[in-house]
Amino acid sequence: MIRLVVAALAIVCAVPAAQARVQKPVLVIERAGNCVEPTEVMRREHRKLLLQQRERTVRLGVRTRAHSLAGCVECHASSKTGSVLGPEGFCQSCHDYAGVKADCFGCHSPKPAGARR
Amino acid sequence: MSGTDRRGFLGTAAAALAGVALAPGIRLIEFAAARAPEEPASAKVRWGMLIDTAKCASGCDACVRACATENGLEATGRPRTDAQWIRKVELKDPKSGRQHSAPVMCQHCAHPPCVDVCPTGASFKRADGIVLVDMHTCIGCRYCIMACPYKARSFVHENLSGQRPEVPRGKGCVEGCTLCVHKVDRGDGITACAEACRAAGHEAIVFGDLNDPESPVSRRLRELPNRALREDLRLDPGVRYAGL
Repeated sequence: MIRLVVAALAIVCAVPAAQARVQKPVLVIERAGNCVEPTEVMRREHRKLLLQQRERTVRLGVRTRAHSLAGCVECHASSKTGSVLGPEGFCQSCHDYAGVKADCFGCHSPKPAGARR
Repeated sequence: MSGTDRRGFLGTAAAALAGVALAPGIRLIEFAAARAPEEPASAKVRWGMLIDTAKCASGCDACVRACATENGLEATGRPRTDAQWIRKVELKDPKSGRQHSAPVMCQHCAHPPCVDVCPTGASFKRADGIVLVDMHTCIGCRYCIMACPYKARSFVHENLSGQRPEVPRGKGCVEGCTLCVHKVDRGDGITACAEACRAAGHEAIVFGDLNDPESPVSRRLRELPNRALREDLRLDPGVRYAGL
């Protein structure tokens, strides 16, 4: 009986997955190979790294660029839009896909210094 | 010697040359009080300012405009709710008719009431005496605005866009003068307001390290009679006023 239910569930789940309703994130990395950490580490840990760097910068005044949000934006801003936001933006496309709201850019600039607005 | 090594050596050499003393206490070029980016702010330094009201020109708002440009404070056309980090105050003694003009901003108190009242610990004083808001922790309750005797803080009422990358700010947070902390950390050794005041030819604002007896601000503080605003509160502000 249980096997039947599992089999039925598997079929039900397989059908929508095959249709791929959610668009896969568009990850354009223009300056590949220059990241401060290996890709696997960044994928899993970027939130933690950003959080730790944020505390060091705001509270202690440490201004190192590695692991800082400004450092991420500087490298990952699209050459087309100049921003990490937008449907094909490095940050937004992946966060949209994962359904995770990143509210960094309510306050922080999504564009690198130098290129204003 | 690789390129970076050579650059490092030249930087050191330049720093050594800059420190050539003409006479005790007078240097050819002032040391930019720069610390390495990985070095945290230190309590050996206390940043502060002296505002000489005798030099501050009535009607001049160069400091206010420079602050807005540096920190990306844009007017919404609704001045009652616009953020105001620095303002010009005109004072007049009704008996003698003597008039003063002076900028007022966050006084970067040694004992800041805004920090005392903050329920989340968002208001804090950095080791080098700069009083800041950690906007990640600020819940926008505005207790600090109530507590500040200098009316130095503002609340951001509306969504913002086009913030300066060095000065993140957004809706729902309290903010105020940061003593241009991004410039200080970069090693500029001057705030936008002091720079603008100098450029306007007044030099009414002197910024520097209050703990260094040879810094220009300490020297001026020794020369000129000066006082803090609301001395009765004994908050020991980092901003002092001469000629009031």
